[in-house]
Amino acid sequence: MTGTLFKTPLHALHVELGGKMVPFAGYDMPVQYPLGIMGEHKHTREKAGLFDVSHMGQARYRGDEAALEALITADLSAISAGEQKYTLLLNETGGIRDDLMVSRPDGEGIFLVVNAATKDHDFALIENATAGKGELTRIEDRALMALQGPAAKDVMERFCPEACKMVFMQCGAFTLDGAEVLVSRSGYTGEDGFEISVHEDDAERIARLLIDQPEVEPIGLGARDSLRLEAGLCLYGHDMDDTRTPVEASLIWALSKTRRERGDFPGADVIAAQIEAKTCQKRVGLTLSGAPAREGAEIASKDGDVIGIVTSGGFGPTVNGPVAMGYVDREYMQPGTEVDILVRGKARPAKIVKMPFVTANFYRG
Amino acid sequence: MTTRYTEDHEWISLDGDTATIGITAYAAGQLGDVVFVELPDVGKSLKKGDEFAVVESVKAASEVYAPVDGEVVAINDALEGEPAKVNEDPSGEGWFVKLKVSDTSQLDGLMDEAAYKDHTA
Repeated sequence: MTGTLFKTPLHALHVELGGKMVPFAGYDMPVQYPLGIMGEHKHTREKAGLFDVSHMGQARYRGDEAALEALITADLSAISAGEQKYTLLLNETGGIRDDLMVSRPDGEGIFLVVNAATKDHDFALIENATAGKGELTRIEDRALMALQGPAAKDVMERFCPEACKMVFMQCGAFTLDGAEVLVSRSGYTGEDGFEISVHEDDAERIARLLIDQPEVEPIGLGARDSLRLEAGLCLYGHDMDDTRTPVEASLIWALSKTRRERGDFPGADVIAAQIEAKTCQKRVGLTLSGAPAREGAEIASKDGDVIGIVTSGGFGPTVNGPVAMGYVDREYMQPGTEVDILVRGKARPAKIVKMPFVTANFYRG
Repeated sequence: MTTRYTEDHEWISLDGDTATIGITAYAAGQLGDVVFVELPDVGKSLKKGDEFAVVESVKAASEVYAPVDGEVVAINDALEGEPAKVNEDPSGEGWFVKLKVSDTSQLDGLMDEAAYKDHTA
């Protein structure tokens, strides 16, 4: 193990549970437990899985919300108490700096959750841009865990029935077994579930309580990735980065309608031009059989021209076959289009498909 | 029958001049759930050290190298439908290929079971 990897409040628990620890975004994290990636993935879709995502960045913003809003694509004034929105941090050319959740779980301004690998960068950006107008407080004493799967609600009902009244993308402040928690009904798996922010002093106790439930297994980062891939969800740094706009990334829906109309977010003119021109590449889903296609594999038309690239790929345990996400030239984006993916020098037949690869089970009430 | 092991965690079992090759339980454990195995064509000629197969897990692909020179005379078709055999029975039903070995003395340079156990200790 090299250098100084950070540890989440659940590190000792991961080791005790037999977690295979690997470095991820500067943290020592479990990629899997003895159940293995396939088992953990399937268990999450069949029952419930608990994920430690404490490495992600949590923060609070109080003050002039227009100053924060100027950096993202959400309409903050339209987010009511108890609501959460998925949004993007953009740069001046419309490139995506990060994707994040913004929410109002209580009366204390905006609660933000950003990606682990970009959190320092994101928070510094926000602090600089809002200096003198608002205050960003980085939250460094809370764990974040995700309870995901069809049985997640049954488990939550036992310890935090109030949270079960929420539907997808609602949030709130609750008490879970005596611990003060912020909960949102959302996640990164395509299943119903809850993300739970809890003080580090309560984290291990709450994690153990949840894992002790008969429906729940601890789940590592390996299965987290295969679950989100099947759900068609982007992984920042892979499926989008600052060279891709929301138009290319097929994330126009993450631009609030009012913000689009006002054109008051970074890169708004670049994005408006792309929407108008309809010529840029687009993010699509792909399926193939045999060897999985992985990040970096070239996508070719049947005529042999390189027309795109795979940005995420692997084996989908629920789909029971290879799944991939990538970008292709606009002419090839229609579901059903047949292409080839170059895997180890050989052209393997693949097809453009609609995502998600597995039907979502978000709880809408 | 003689079984030997390589530093890259392949096993080779020689019976006359035909050798069966696979990956060890240690390797299979390191890889995690195997989802696909890419095998060579029957008839392919291999030199010791040549990459002849790829084992895919959910998250990554790993190359498998020929422990000796030889010609592929059989491949394990069962792995196509049931790649998990590599995890379930790596030294038995999870075999990859059978080689007609050109120089059986090449096995002498490989580790025996005791030496391999030390290697993975």
